[in-house]
Amino acid sequence: MQTIDLEADGLRHLNATLQSQVAETNQTAWEILNPRGAHAIAVGLDAPIEVTVKGSTGYYCGGMNSQATVHVEGSVGPGVAENMMSGTVIIDGDASQYAGATGHGGTLVIKGNASSRCGISMKGIDIIVHGNVGHMSAFMAQSGNLVVCGDAGEALGDSIYEARLFVRGSVKSLGADCIEKEMRPEHLTLLAELLERGGCDAKPEEFRRYGSARQLYHFNIDNAY
Amino acid sequence: MKDDPTGAPRTAPIQSATFSDPVNAEIRRAAATGIYDIRGGGAKRKLPHFDDLLFLGASMSRYPLEGYRERCDTNVTLGTRFAQNPVELDIPITIAGMSFGALSGNAKEALGRGATLAGTSTTTGDGGMTEEERGHSKKLVYQYLPSRYGMNPADLRRADAIEIVVGQGAKPGGGGMLLGQKISDRVAEMRNLPKGIDQRSACRHPDWTGPDDLEIKILELREITGWRVPIYIKVGGARPYFDTTLAVKAGADVVVLDGMQGGTAATQDVFIENVGMPTLACIREAVRALQDLDLHREVQLVVSGGIRTGADVAKAMALGADAVAIGTAALIALGDNDPKWEAEYNALGTTAGAYDDWHEGRDPAGITTQDPVLAARLDPVEGGRRLNNYLKVMTLEAQTIARACGKSHLHNLEPEDLCALTLEAAAMTKIPLAGTDWYPGKPGSGF
Repeated sequence: MQTIDLEADGLRHLNATLQSQVAETNQTAWEILNPRGAHAIAVGLDAPIEVTVKGSTGYYCGGMNSQATVHVEGSVGPGVAENMMSGTVIIDGDASQYAGATGHGGTLVIKGNASSRCGISMKGIDIIVHGNVGHMSAFMAQSGNLVVCGDAGEALGDSIYEARLFVRGSVKSLGADCIEKEMRPEHLTLLAELLERGGCDAKPEEFRRYGSARQLYHFNIDNAY
Repeated sequence: MKDDPTGAPRTAPIQSATFSDPVNAEIRRAAATGIYDIRGGGAKRKLPHFDDLLFLGASMSRYPLEGYRERCDTNVTLGTRFAQNPVELDIPITIAGMSFGALSGNAKEALGRGATLAGTSTTTGDGGMTEEERGHSKKLVYQYLPSRYGMNPADLRRADAIEIVVGQGAKPGGGGMLLGQKISDRVAEMRNLPKGIDQRSACRHPDWTGPDDLEIKILELREITGWRVPIYIKVGGARPYFDTTLAVKAGADVVVLDGMQGGTAATQDVFIENVGMPTLACIREAVRALQDLDLHREVQLVVSGGIRTGADVAKAMALGADAVAIGTAALIALGDNDPKWEAEYNALGTTAGAYDDWHEGRDPAGITTQDPVLAARLDPVEGGRRLNNYLKVMTLEAQTIARACGKSHLHNLEPEDLCALTLEAAAMTKIPLAGTDWYPGKPGSGF
């Protein structure tokens, strides 16, 4: 286990060290001490390493991650795992706004609640939230999967494209062009895999599926909001 | 005029200036379709512009330099504030961001070839980085847009600078559009969207909501790229003093200010013609903001929006810009709206010089299209040669003017070298009206 004390070593040293790891590294396990809400922790990683952050972070933790597993033993500020390409980011606590924003791939697991705009403009990422998500989650979501084991706030999936949304609890309201859709066998299979990957013990049959009505895919005055 | 049968003279028909033929045609089009007009390009209405300024060449009170013989340097360095590797350019004329998707791959390659020959940079657009452009642009600025189409850390690290797009001159506050006709398999794949749908890219960044957040976003981008490359922030010309101030506060190395004459791939005509401020009106306010922060020249200012000639370049620099960017002009240099395609423009219901339905993907010049047959019409080598020629001519023109003003570097041009032709231009630029020492609003002038 390699340890970096953020308070002593500074953010630039932390990120430069983690970013310099290559696929063949034998230093696969890293521990970050004293994050104390700092921003941009463990961003731009590109190697199959495992990073454990011992505490809560500020903005953009795990941003643009590729390959790495980042585990935050605390809560995270806005934009966790934004634009992630691959790998895994796991949050033990809660996440602030824009969790997983524009993520192109990989898996984001939030064991607590996520605030507003979770999965905004997601482009292939899988997001599994054990708790609730706030308003405008999955706004303009393009592809990927958002699983919400708790409740969803207002305007879920507003202006959604091809992303799939699975919610176990209540949905306060659906956004423009977002509708409930039939849960077919292939969705149950997919959801079971996502729940297992996210460490959830919920049953796929307890969820409802939401997605795009595809009425806003072409400019048409009859569909204008 | 035609007399009526009684022999009484009749009044000749008078066209309404308010309900003109174009206005009436748009009313009829709106009534028939129920949707606003979408088009490409920039504002077509007459706006105060660089033509409303003139240079005061040297005579007695100033000493000119000899054209072609005495040195007049043109190089510029962008991003000297925080970046380890500022962008060094031979000329202060750069290529503005234009997306693959809006433009063909050949057009992007031609821009890269031409810019590299001329010693300047190109900029990606709302669609990600293409090999055509990265492969042929020695200096490439990677736009970081609200849509984040094609955004990935690998390309971020291949860039020579990052331009965070907050606004665009043609549509401050508006998002992008790319209609289904131009969504080929490749464009769809790059943008993670289904083929053939009308794409509405976001008008605001999804993961920050103001300048305080942006400051942290910039920290993240710098951490991902190792603090190597400059961070530009592009704003649409609307509130230039405050937007420039806040961009600098957020940590910009370079502010890119795009005025109302700036082009776009496609957006609502009503937006293009009615939102934003003329480029001319933006520059001095942005410069004032930098001066008030004591960062003029340390944070560089790039001005775009309707730059056409070396005179425009020189005037923008005299007003305080460090460099300019061209978009529409570069496309025209490549061959867009060329009269040689007049018959095909006519078949599309328009004419060479006025073609702006770029969103339809049927550009006869092969530039604003994804149709492989049309796109093949643009030879990227020849296009690059033409763009290089054009950039060289603009530079020579700007140098000629600068020498006439006694300047050994384009950056030595100053407001003192200018006079204003119109009251509007004088008011907007604080350049005295020609033949006077006065401009509207001048302290102590009584106005």
